[in-house]
Amino acid sequence: MAKSALLKSSIAKKYWMALTGLFLCLFLAGHLAGNLQLLVPNNALNFNQYALFMTTNPAVKVLSYLTYISILFHAIDGFLLTYQNAKARPIGYAKSNPSANSSFSSRNMALLGTIVLVFIVTHMVNFWAKMHFDKNMPLMTQSIEGQPGMKQDFYVGTQAGQYYPVEQVEIGTHTDEHNHAPKQFKLVKKTELYHAQANVKVADLYKDLYKITLAFFRDAKYGLYFTIGYVLAMFALGFHLWHGFQSAFQSLGLNSPKYTPIIKFIGKAFAVIVPLLFAIIPLYIHFTK
Amino acid sequence: MSTAKNININLKIWRQKNANDKGGIVDYKLDNVSTASSFLEMLDQLNEQLINNKQEPVAFDHDCREGICGMCSLYINGRAHGPETGTTTCQLHMRKFKDGDTIYIEPFRSKAFPVVKDLVVDRSSFDRIQQAGGFVSVNTSGNTIDANATPVPKDDADKAFMAAACIGCGACVATCKNGSAMLFVGAKVSQYALLPQGKVEAAQRVQNMVRQMDEEGFGNCTNTGACEIECPKGISLENIARMNREFLKASL
Repeated sequence: MAKSALLKSSIAKKYWMALTGLFLCLFLAGHLAGNLQLLVPNNALNFNQYALFMTTNPAVKVLSYLTYISILFHAIDGFLLTYQNAKARPIGYAKSNPSANSSFSSRNMALLGTIVLVFIVTHMVNFWAKMHFDKNMPLMTQSIEGQPGMKQDFYVGTQAGQYYPVEQVEIGTHTDEHNHAPKQFKLVKKTELYHAQANVKVADLYKDLYKITLAFFRDAKYGLYFTIGYVLAMFALGFHLWHGFQSAFQSLGLNSPKYTPIIKFIGKAFAVIVPLLFAIIPLYIHFTK
Repeated sequence: MSTAKNININLKIWRQKNANDKGGIVDYKLDNVSTASSFLEMLDQLNEQLINNKQEPVAFDHDCREGICGMCSLYINGRAHGPETGTTTCQLHMRKFKDGDTIYIEPFRSKAFPVVKDLVVDRSSFDRIQQAGGFVSVNTSGNTIDANATPVPKDDADKAFMAAACIGCGACVATCKNGSAMLFVGAKVSQYALLPQGKVEAAQRVQNMVRQMDEEGFGNCTNTGACEIECPKGISLENIARMNREFLKASL
């Protein structure tokens, strides 16, 4: 009985909701720390190196899989709770005054969570999926001092403003006659550029997430809408956290007159500061083009 | 020196012939209601008026009318036990209302509290939760030990007493947007878990009571805190947290 109760019981659902939610709060803090690098002007190299680390480091990979699972579990558990709770009161009240006894956030966690979930999906399509799967992802080249013709940073293809996919460099299909990636370079381990004849490493390559991000929010046609959408999603996240952070501690049974006021204060500070800092970044990018 | 006066009010009351009837809101006008009367006395006055007009009186739950039995209920103007905090409906007085006010009166709504008639709901689901574990097994074969012979820390005794103040009225369920009974069950679990006599059966108690709560069709708590605000006995959310701890301890 004990085992099944830990999965099915109403209290077990609270525990899972709280644990996944708090883990996602940690994720938010980590993600924010990375994003804040976008506020530093001309920080492409640092940001792209960071992005490479975050997508390849084994420890970070474990954390990211935990994050995916947490998001899925948190969302599924949330939808399940909302569905069951709707069934617990088949006939509603003609007149109800919920604002007299509970906060807007606490009553709208499902709605706010759904907005955040939709945002996460679009966000992953726009950035995460490109970083992981897009074969046409632009590459940033960090040249190694002293190698011929590689004095400054440029994108693969050596022609200003032109990008070439990893695969095309690798197999060398594009030749000089097409005015594309020079044939004398070859790609090793997808991140290192070698001079083909001399067989010396001339540059490190980074998927240019920095460029993708800036281009996204500075898009002539949609950049403003993407920025507004991002900021609105951060509002939803803020309200979600306003209730969610302290609620998680209550669900885990951590409620005492001594510590609960402190937890509530930290939760509210977290709910304001984290989404605010997240939202500043696209606003900064969009309005400084 | 009495400040009581008479007011005229409009009532919108849920009327439902029986459990199978669809039911609906019916409008009534009630004049000359003394502001010194209690809310239930106002309903008595309405029923007199209905009986005099050869109409069916409004059925509603009440018993002690002293705020301690937990029998009265009513969702008044969108709030369990009405606009005043820390009181049951019987302790709500008409001086809280103004002349010409429209007052909605509805039964406590929950799948686990089916309407019997009008404003009367069946709260025996609470009894079944109590029966599932809300007790201490005592051998009564003539060697019963005096309860006061077992020392209890003052702090624990106070907390247990505050949890035991729950009168099982169901306002927590009625006001919860999720129709959750966790404040009630949390209070009942806590009042025993805090005392040495109750600790013996603590693990099976919390598991059995929570299982019964889920089986009765109550919703899942999302910590909105509405129950704590509307509870006429001021039962704290700390009791839900304690139940959560007890449940985890018992499940591991």
